[in-house]
Amino acid sequence: MNPLSRRWPTWTILGLGFAFLYLPILVLMFYSFNENRLATVWSGFSLKWYGRLLQNDQMLGAAWVSIKIAFWTATTAVVLGTMAALVMTRMGRFPGKTLFGALITAPLVMPEVILGLSILMLFMSLGSVIGMAPRGLVSIWIAHVTFTLAFVTVVLSSRMAELDKSLEEAAMDLGANRIKVFFLITLPIIAPAIAAAWLLAFTLSLDDVVVASFVSGPNSTTLPMVVFSSARRGLNPQVNALATIMIVVVSAAAFVGWWLMSRDEKRRQRDMQLALQDGG
Amino acid sequence: MSAWAKKLLPHSRWALIGAPYLWLIVFFAIPFLIVLKISFSKLAIAMPPYTPVLEYVDNALSLKLNLSNYIGLFTDSQYVQAWLSSVKIAGISTLLALLIGYPMAYVIARLPPAARNIAMMLVILPSWTSFLIRVYAWIGILKPNGLLNDVLLALHLIDTPLQISNTPTAAYIGIVYCYLPFMVLPLYTNLVKHDNRLLEAAYDLGAKPWRAFFSITLPLSKAGIIAGCMLVMIPAVGEFVIPELLGGPDTLMIGRVLWNEFFNNRDWPTASAVAIVMLLLLLVPILIFNRVQQREIEERLT
Repeated sequence: MNPLSRRWPTWTILGLGFAFLYLPILVLMFYSFNENRLATVWSGFSLKWYGRLLQNDQMLGAAWVSIKIAFWTATTAVVLGTMAALVMTRMGRFPGKTLFGALITAPLVMPEVILGLSILMLFMSLGSVIGMAPRGLVSIWIAHVTFTLAFVTVVLSSRMAELDKSLEEAAMDLGANRIKVFFLITLPIIAPAIAAAWLLAFTLSLDDVVVASFVSGPNSTTLPMVVFSSARRGLNPQVNALATIMIVVVSAAAFVGWWLMSRDEKRRQRDMQLALQDGG
Repeated sequence: MSAWAKKLLPHSRWALIGAPYLWLIVFFAIPFLIVLKISFSKLAIAMPPYTPVLEYVDNALSLKLNLSNYIGLFTDSQYVQAWLSSVKIAGISTLLALLIGYPMAYVIARLPPAARNIAMMLVILPSWTSFLIRVYAWIGILKPNGLLNDVLLALHLIDTPLQISNTPTAAYIGIVYCYLPFMVLPLYTNLVKHDNRLLEAAYDLGAKPWRAFFSITLPLSKAGIIAGCMLVMIPAVGEFVIPELLGGPDTLMIGRVLWNEFFNNRDWPTASAVAIVMLLLLLVPILIFNRVQQREIEERLT
């Protein structure tokens, strides 16, 4: 059998799979350049929806709110997530570890409506018991950290689990304490994974509509909330234009994240080969 | 080691555990207890709009558990139907995602390593772009005068436009589309670790490819299948955005019921009871998922 004819199932499956994943996005981007206001009838190339979008203060304001929340969410989630990943991978058993593991992974699959409702109920109870509760940006930030923390921890603990422990042990044998080992050995090695986890948390926060709808107060409408209420009314060419911009930005960020991770992976494998050669 | 560091070290261990632990307990565990409490209260015209469950009046502590919200959920056919239809929609979507995702993961795991990484990046990339926008993209495709109908009409496969948007079919398409990467990822992680020599041995002993697949590859990929199905099915049961934007009024799902009770009827106790029942029904799959996930991390550590 020649290789080409044996390979056709591979290419068919990959072709169909990727067409399914990418065609809807490409169609959406294509129609953002449509002159016609009926978003599905093509009547000529135009950038006018991008122009309208740039004058749409409501969308621009919401975009700024979302970016601010996503930035602080990603930063907080990465700090807490690094700690949680260290606990999961570097610490032995301690009382309550099972609960800790469950609390870390449960938000990965928890339906968003439950998360949104429950965290709002917490804020409302705080409000009626102690008379003050976080509202607006702060409440969205807290809710977003809670669910992105799970994703960040999973990414970081799988990276730390693969990490060669002999480096950390060598440093400790040489007299470095655990804090020093973390900042001088572990942190530089996992830095690319931390960058990737930060980007993941950022995009997850930037994308959330359900949790934010529950906990946001007045004056804290996020971009997905604006997009959602517009999508409920039907197609809107400005949303296509906005989507195109977001897809390009996020793909670029995701590509950078992937590139950082794979460069790190390659370097690690090269180092391991060098170490093996030295040993032999 | 300096005396200062020696003094600090045992405490730093507890600070390390404490900070993320405290965050998750305060903002993830306690909120569920509060929702549980509110689900036993009665709707009231007040702020907050429910009656107290635990009261301390005249030196007497009284606990009033009002079960009417739960009784309502099981006797009102609207809720029961929303339940059944959520489970059905999530189950069928998960099966479809498995049928599409398994061949993809299998084929990618057999590519040369460099091509493998690029293919997996291409699978994950859409899930980094906005979920909401990917759902929105299907509105334009599935409309009666949308792209899919235009193509099918031009190919003379159909004579009249199909009504897909605002039907449960559109919700199935949306769920499979949005959650497919979550199915492929755990399957791929599992399949890529398989030892090819097992398959070669089976072929040497005269097994046909399909026989080798069903008696070696499929059983070995069980953990990946479970993780993938849980990652798709659990969030899909409570999905709100997809049925709301694509499914039309006929696609009844429990996430929408909760949303409407809270935002439209402002009935916090009923919304809380819906959330608690949803959580109880999802508890077993969530625990299964947790165990698979935990074992995965522990396996890599050893």
